[in-house]
Amino acid sequence: MENNKFENFSCPLPIPLNGQVAIGHGSGGTLTKNLITSVFYKYFHNPILDAGNDFAEISAKGSKIITSTDGHVIDPIFFPGGDIGKLAVAGTVNDISVSGAIPKYLTASFIIEEGFPIKDLDQIAQSMQQCALEADVKIISGDTKVVEKGKADKIFISTAGIGFLKNGLIINGSQAKPGDAVVVSGTIGDHGISVLAARNELGFSTTVISDVAPLNNMIQSVLALTHHIHVMRDPTRGGVATTLNEIAMQSKVNITLDEEKIPIKKQVHAACDILGFDPLYVANEGKVLFILPEREVSTLLKALHAHQYGKNAVVIGSISQSSNSPKVLMHTRIGGTRIVDMLSGAMLPRIC
Amino acid sequence: MCLGVPGKIIEIYESEKTKMGKVDFDGVTLEVCLEAVPEASIEDYVIVHAGFAISTLSNDEAAETLKYLKEIDEINQQLHSQNI
Amino acid sequence: MNKTYTYQNPDLIKRSLDTLSKILTKKWAIMEICGGQTHAFMQTGLSGMLPDEIELIHGPGCPVCVTSLELVDKAVAIASSENVIFTSYGDMLRVPGSESDLFSVRAAGGDVRVVYSPIEALQIAENNPDKEVVFFGIGFETTAPSNAISVIKAEERKISNYSMLVSHVRVPPAMHAILSAENNRVQGFLAAGHVCAIMGLAEYFPIAEKYHTPITVTGFEPMDLIRGILETVRMLEEGSTSVVNAYKRVVSPQGNMQAKRIIDQAFVECDRQWRGIGMIPMSGWKLNTVYAQYDAELKFDVENIKTHESEICISGLILQGIKKPYECPAFGTQCTPQNPLGATMVSSEGACAAYYRYGNI
Repeated sequence: MENNKFENFSCPLPIPLNGQVAIGHGSGGTLTKNLITSVFYKYFHNPILDAGNDFAEISAKGSKIITSTDGHVIDPIFFPGGDIGKLAVAGTVNDISVSGAIPKYLTASFIIEEGFPIKDLDQIAQSMQQCALEADVKIISGDTKVVEKGKADKIFISTAGIGFLKNGLIINGSQAKPGDAVVVSGTIGDHGISVLAARNELGFSTTVISDVAPLNNMIQSVLALTHHIHVMRDPTRGGVATTLNEIAMQSKVNITLDEEKIPIKKQVHAACDILGFDPLYVANEGKVLFILPEREVSTLLKALHAHQYGKNAVVIGSISQSSNSPKVLMHTRIGGTRIVDMLSGAMLPRIC
Repeated sequence: MCLGVPGKIIEIYESEKTKMGKVDFDGVTLEVCLEAVPEASIEDYVIVHAGFAISTLSNDEAAETLKYLKEIDEINQQLHSQNI
Repeated sequence: MNKTYTYQNPDLIKRSLDTLSKILTKKWAIMEICGGQTHAFMQTGLSGMLPDEIELIHGPGCPVCVTSLELVDKAVAIASSENVIFTSYGDMLRVPGSESDLFSVRAAGGDVRVVYSPIEALQIAENNPDKEVVFFGIGFETTAPSNAISVIKAEERKISNYSMLVSHVRVPPAMHAILSAENNRVQGFLAAGHVCAIMGLAEYFPIAEKYHTPITVTGFEPMDLIRGILETVRMLEEGSTSVVNAYKRVVSPQGNMQAKRIIDQAFVECDRQWRGIGMIPMSGWKLNTVYAQYDAELKFDVENIKTHESEICISGLILQGIKKPYECPAFGTQCTPQNPLGATMVSSEGACAAYYRYGNI
């Protein structure tokens, strides 16, 4: 019959989609526009985005521009304490914020697997907007692609961020000085353990939730009280140990930690014992490491303790000396000393 | 490989003809095979290795530490009397 | 349970170390047999706190390290086969075989999965009836009951697409081999607490007597370890030879009878090749003939495997306690946890990995 020929052409009418993302949604045409309008624009609104261009224009107003980008492939995409959307926004906000800059704008690109439920996409977009509101950042540009089933694991999100640094601060990994104190803003290992438990592969369950959170407000509240911060970094993949090793190498210093002082939730400790992990290497998504002169510590702690994300902030160590072969050492609970090395190889796959 | 962690049995059940339990470690719950500890009951402590309970554990840490301290004292006393 | 703080009390540790210093009159070389003990000594910094007179020799108690090269190669061959889901504990994935390793098989598209227990592997078999699921059954006596149960239950539940590549090793024959070697320097032993929890103490008395070597069974907390050293040194200084159980909260003299019954049901003793050491007679377990259908070596055609070790790696000498990791020319340079030449650098309990990670302070 004649009709058979026409069935092979793409049909301009929307096929009932059963609430799933279809390949057509990534084509750039009407279906794409429909998806973007009905999901993303429902939550992401601002004059720059509403202008509908492929680019976004911003002006620097005499500040330094700080930018950062990140890819998010976490599995599972929904986990206790958050989801891939919140992670994407908070992650980039935090990467910008640890320079001392105020994050203002984010771009987000989505790669979605055919068949992905739209209600899940909706939930993720809502989550992103909630986090963006809390952080006072705007999502000003985006892109959506859809790939065939099996070519991506549900959804991947890439974000890039822009922030502005006005105050002449120089805060980066090469600024640690001997005598400085090392402070962590709260308990470590929560994110990695909660995500692993949520995967349901290892037969263990816990009430620990991910600490994923945008930390720019907390950081700005610190900078409002003191500018004497040398280093800030968020210890994500590879944990506190890896981050401190990176800083040690950048600053060419030895760092000494006090095991007794490191704040770890009992459940995280127990989970690490069972799995054979060291909490120092487990990822965090809502924590900052500060390195600063000893005399500024009480001011820092005052600001952190006053903030919801910094209540358990504590000094965990110090910068001991300059060194051409930088090391991170730890005084152990029993009075010994050991080296804290970088993470070698994968410990927990796809937790960020 | 010898990584064995002590935990408390909070539930016992059978799954696929295998004696299993839920074991609590400071708030983390793990599903553990209890086939090798048939005498264990709820509230007992077991040493768990790779999802398998290898032994029960007598959990009186205070008593054990005390015993060890006594041993150390004994050794010190012996040394002291030898030095006289 | 606050185990951390009781068994890691710094005052208790200090008192133990003080007493130890007082009773020492000469140097002693003590071997800790188990990788978990090595790891614990180093991670807590206890190894660096011991008096200079004590030399800790790290034993071959890391089953990942001693799994024979031939079996690693067989695992790689099976994992590369069509229709196979190969399951294993995580550490085995990067152990170098002659040509490849399980991680590379996975990267090339093989279905290689990390499981936390063989019971999980059995479940995978049940959920994937059209695939052959193989579990890499390595370990000392500690994992034997768990591995045995998976095979026993497979048989009860009539799951025929499950099999195990068995590489069990036993501690007492290894101790015999070490102590009877010509260049043996070990004078005292710390026996592995969780191995003894299963097997009991009976096999250790003849060893202590034959080689006049005191043996202390220890747990893995710092207090357990220092207690083990203290008891062993006490015996050495007195010239007495015995087996002391310093882990009574877990270990009973007869061991875990039910666990032993489970092991006896599924396994029989056999000769076993220890990587880096060689063949130690009757030092392993294999599946008994009742469970032959679950033996992966019989199920898959894996004969004609040509094995060859790295020429640079001295894992064997390290496993026997003859050399220390830092005495290896490749340590930290050609051989790192990212690029391991031998199993002792791959395994989280391997001596080389422990030294690399925690340093030799």
